[in-house]
Amino acid sequence: MLSFLHALSAWAIPMLVVAIPLYAAFRKVPVYETFVDGAKDGFQTAIGIIPHLVGMMTAIGMFRASGALDALVDLVRPFFERLGVPGDVLPLGLLRPITGAGSLAFTTDLIKEHGPDSMIARIASTIQGSTDTTLYVLTVYFGAIGIRRTGYALKVGLFSDAVGFFAAIAVCLLLF
Amino acid sequence: MVNWIWLGMIVVSVAYGAANGRIQQVTEAAFSGAQTGVTVCFGLISIMVFWLGMMRIAEASGLVGALSRAVAPVVRWLFPDVPRNHPAFGFILSNMSANLLGLGNAATPMGIRAMQELQKLNPDPSKATPAMCTLLALNTASITLVPTTLIAVRMNFGSAHPADIISSTLLATIVSTGAAILADKWYRRRSGRLPPVTIGPAQTETKGG
Repeated sequence: MLSFLHALSAWAIPMLVVAIPLYAAFRKVPVYETFVDGAKDGFQTAIGIIPHLVGMMTAIGMFRASGALDALVDLVRPFFERLGVPGDVLPLGLLRPITGAGSLAFTTDLIKEHGPDSMIARIASTIQGSTDTTLYVLTVYFGAIGIRRTGYALKVGLFSDAVGFFAAIAVCLLLF
Repeated sequence: MVNWIWLGMIVVSVAYGAANGRIQQVTEAAFSGAQTGVTVCFGLISIMVFWLGMMRIAEASGLVGALSRAVAPVVRWLFPDVPRNHPAFGFILSNMSANLLGLGNAATPMGIRAMQELQKLNPDPSKATPAMCTLLALNTASITLVPTTLIAVRMNFGSAHPADIISSTLLATIVSTGAAILADKWYRRRSGRLPPVTIGPAQTETKGG
């Protein structure tokens, strides 16, 4: 099952890259010209995200460098430990929605420190793997189309992160 | 809400950094953060250019349209305000399948392409529509079959069964995606309950006097 899934991931892109132009050529689409025509928009779209991402990354970088994030973690740690959440994975709950690279670094550190097959490492890997970085996704997707008022999207994203965090802990404690 | 989180992070950072003598680090972090933002976007350029080119071929050949018609019955439940057979459905499905397979660098351009289609239906281009919020919720929760990065990290540190987190990750991601969908439905219903904007005859009565 696992090797099948790995093979699926490995083959999905080459299959798409050959199947799409092949089918289009069959339907008499000028494939190369069409590719170039669509690709033109890619540059503008990526460049358009810069102001959004710079704004967000600046705030996140400052927040971490000031030590405020660590202080926040220490502040809520006793409360979560009382709920049965291992204190070591707690910072991950706060880091995960904010920074993908930061939370991956933190997870890697936990795996190194506690051993890859420890409960802490499994919980951390599950948290890291089961959701995406909400602030980043919001900034990139909405930045690309110039949305400034984000509606209820952030609330839903953060809510599902919180649910996913506790679900990951509960699932690991039950499974392993 | 983004405004407050952003402002809050900056104000707290400077205040806390000043109180702890870390103001130098905060200043440096501001600029290195800005640099990271630009670097990430430059990394996105090649991926966006490539996949948007591919997606244009898929569109021109009628693949996206066919895909949209095929999945519309399922996806429509999540996006009731997107017209039947709209091309957005094709991109939404591509985006969700790429997420599922862990193809992060294909998922983002497809998701953005779907957002661009949804933007065409948007009466106010600066404000997110419910459909955009739903698509975003699905992406932040991001259902994943194989968490490849984490398996690789655990393998590096000599795990006996690096892949055993697949089951826990899948269960957790299903729960968080379910929560995202429920929360999305709840917000949609709540915004739907607001008094509807009256159009047409109802307005003429008040204007009469």
